[in-house]
Amino acid sequence: MKTFGKIILFLNILLLISCGGNQKEKKEQITIGKKSTSVQSESPKPKAPTKTLPSKKIDLKNKGIGPIKSVKLLAEIDQSMVSKGQDIFKKMCMACHKPTKKFIGPAPTGILKRRSPEWVMNMILNPTEMVAKDPLAKELLIEFNGSPMANQNLTEEDARAVLEYFRTL
Amino acid sequence: MKKSLNLFFYLITTTLLMTSCNNANSTSHKSGALNSSAAEKVYVAPGEHDEFYAFISGGFSGQLSVYGLPSGRLFKVIPVFSQDPEKAWGYNEETKPMLNTSHGFIPWDDAHHPDISQTAGEIDGRYVFINANNTPRIAKIDLTTFETTEIIEIPNSAGNHSSSFVTENSEYVVAGTRFSVPVPQKDMSIKEYKGNFKGALSFISIAPEDGAMDLEFQILMPGFNYDLSHPGRGKSHGWFFFTTYNTEEANTLLEVNASQNDKDFIAAVNWKKAEEYIKAGKFKTVPANYAHNVYDEHTHTATSTMKKEVKVLDPAECPGLVYLLPTPKSPHGCDVDPSGEYIVGNGKLSANLTVHSFTKMLSAIENNKIDGEAYGIPILKFEDILAGVVEQPGLGPLHTEFDGKGNAYTTFFISSEVVKWKLKTWEVIDRKPTYYSVGHIMIPGGNSAKPFGKYALAMNKITKDRYLPTGPEVTQSAQLYDITGEKMELLLDFPTIGEPHYAAGCPADLIKPRSKKIYKLEDNNHKYAAKSDADTRVVREGNEVHVYMTMIRSHFSPDNIEGIKVGDNVYFHVTNLEQDYDVPHGISMIGANTSELLIMPGQTETFVWHPKQIGVWPFYCTDFCSALHQEMQGYVRVSPKDSDIVLNWSLGED
Repeated sequence: MKTFGKIILFLNILLLISCGGNQKEKKEQITIGKKSTSVQSESPKPKAPTKTLPSKKIDLKNKGIGPIKSVKLLAEIDQSMVSKGQDIFKKMCMACHKPTKKFIGPAPTGILKRRSPEWVMNMILNPTEMVAKDPLAKELLIEFNGSPMANQNLTEEDARAVLEYFRTL
Repeated sequence: MKKSLNLFFYLITTTLLMTSCNNANSTSHKSGALNSSAAEKVYVAPGEHDEFYAFISGGFSGQLSVYGLPSGRLFKVIPVFSQDPEKAWGYNEETKPMLNTSHGFIPWDDAHHPDISQTAGEIDGRYVFINANNTPRIAKIDLTTFETTEIIEIPNSAGNHSSSFVTENSEYVVAGTRFSVPVPQKDMSIKEYKGNFKGALSFISIAPEDGAMDLEFQILMPGFNYDLSHPGRGKSHGWFFFTTYNTEEANTLLEVNASQNDKDFIAAVNWKKAEEYIKAGKFKTVPANYAHNVYDEHTHTATSTMKKEVKVLDPAECPGLVYLLPTPKSPHGCDVDPSGEYIVGNGKLSANLTVHSFTKMLSAIENNKIDGEAYGIPILKFEDILAGVVEQPGLGPLHTEFDGKGNAYTTFFISSEVVKWKLKTWEVIDRKPTYYSVGHIMIPGGNSAKPFGKYALAMNKITKDRYLPTGPEVTQSAQLYDITGEKMELLLDFPTIGEPHYAAGCPADLIKPRSKKIYKLEDNNHKYAAKSDADTRVVREGNEVHVYMTMIRSHFSPDNIEGIKVGDNVYFHVTNLEQDYDVPHGISMIGANTSELLIMPGQTETFVWHPKQIGVWPFYCTDFCSALHQEMQGYVRVSPKDSDIVLNWSLGED
């Protein structure tokens, strides 16, 4: 019985992996060999994705894996925390995340409409385990070319301030 | 002449006897059961940690290596008096000043005797000190970062061999000169050596809070060779003991001419008395010129300062400062037992081991039992201070360590063996062969009041047939013995970096919890640090170009740079923005006449590139950092000298 369960699990994993592959955005056509010039050519418009990208998925229930079990957000945004969070974001995160546009990693704009605050903080504080175990984080790693989310050793207080800053984006 | 011939034949015969004896021993010990139990004793399962750290000097490679015991696994090679292209030590702009001396930049030395700092006579695991023999220097390695953080040159010294041993509370690290020289240096006939050359014993203070070193004073001794030294401890705390040879003061063919006297000396130096004389102003300040190089963990940068004078004491004018203890035949090792009572003189041309008693020495001094003097320094009578003699334990004794259970372990170079003997009864308990020609031996904590008498590590000078051959130069090696039983048991041979001259060891728990994981970005005060993406830029100052660059998995910022010209001096100041354990990045530039950089999280390092040809030249990350490591690269466009392309830089822009 146990073995049977394992086989099923294995098959499911296989399915998941192949699923992940299918989700990749399909390019219109391969354009290798075209000479680049200093004059800017119009970039081809990406075709609307057939499936929702992991970065666009909405899951407000998943709290992620890590030290943060529950976060209470007050109705009013704490401005002093925001400026502290923005400062930390600039120093520790901007090498890979631009506030409003996709860079090495996703942009945090509107993140709290897609993720729970706990998930966001756990992703900051415990990225290695998140990327290995959390289903959403695993999909994101694939979407962002396997570029790992770096653990910048923020304190919980720092991560909370960054979260408050994200509320303003 | 006849006498020495006799001795020669005696030596040969005994060597032959002992060699054959050793062979018999070694074959009889090759039983399967014994070997398997030895294997179990040194086996450290995958993922588990060793019980001890061993810091084994690299001898003429100028490095210090870090091993685990009992496994003999190599963890790290720390560049000290050497350049290391792997870590950019001595190649990057930050560490080049560490190798500065009064003779200019010296990228090599002969590193011999590591010693770990002590508190209250016990190993405290804060620093390792090690000496450079050739161009006299003492280095300090910080055991939170396992990096060399301070090097001080020793003036008036040459062949800095009786170094670098620390006192009971790390008050001083002590350095003695092997070669005596004119002090101050001058142009004079070598034949006028006798009576004119001096031997300096240097006392370098260690600041209790941060370990900062300072050359406090030197004692200018007669022109003997000062071979090795060890601190007094417990009852003899406040004294330091130095072996001497060439008390004949020969200046040529020392092989013969320095082996004439039946007895040379162990110089017993009362350094507490020296402090009193310094305080009382009984010193002379003499001009000197020596480098003091300090690496700052926050600026990640070293500075070199030239110091211009040193305080010296003349023992002839300072009664009670130094006494000479007659010791047979060119004593080499000078070892003090954990209680501080026994001072072992390993007379390398003597058939016996001589052990002096500190208590007897004090009483001889008190009762003014003086047997003569050398250059105004009193000589005590051999019989008055002798504690005991270990009779004919082997040939060519070099060094002794202690297990803290009343036993001593002496190495014999000529007869290639370790001999265990008992303090107080002076009887030989056991002997085991080494393969071959052992120099030093190390028991963790063996040079302290509290040895950890579980293992002894023998360091060999010759390995011959013990390993797969690698051409004329074969591997260097160490051998690990279990010393918990009455008889020693050879557990393991393992290869080492060359030459494993001496070692210091301690329980891993003293060091492990304090080992640094990352450098905090917020504490990075490097002059050219780019601590966030906003700080990245390229600045031109004439033909000097400074690139303020950052790195994080897995890109450089900026990664496209244009406007560099042939003939520029381009400084890449690269900051690793990672703040996670074990995520270093490297960088190398095609055609740069230097090594790569290997930059730890939160650290900034710099290399210089002199572009000589126009073109577009790539740089890349050398340390495999992530799945996208191969993507971590960039380009620099180099234009002709008279080009008007403006300096510009970018990352991720089309």
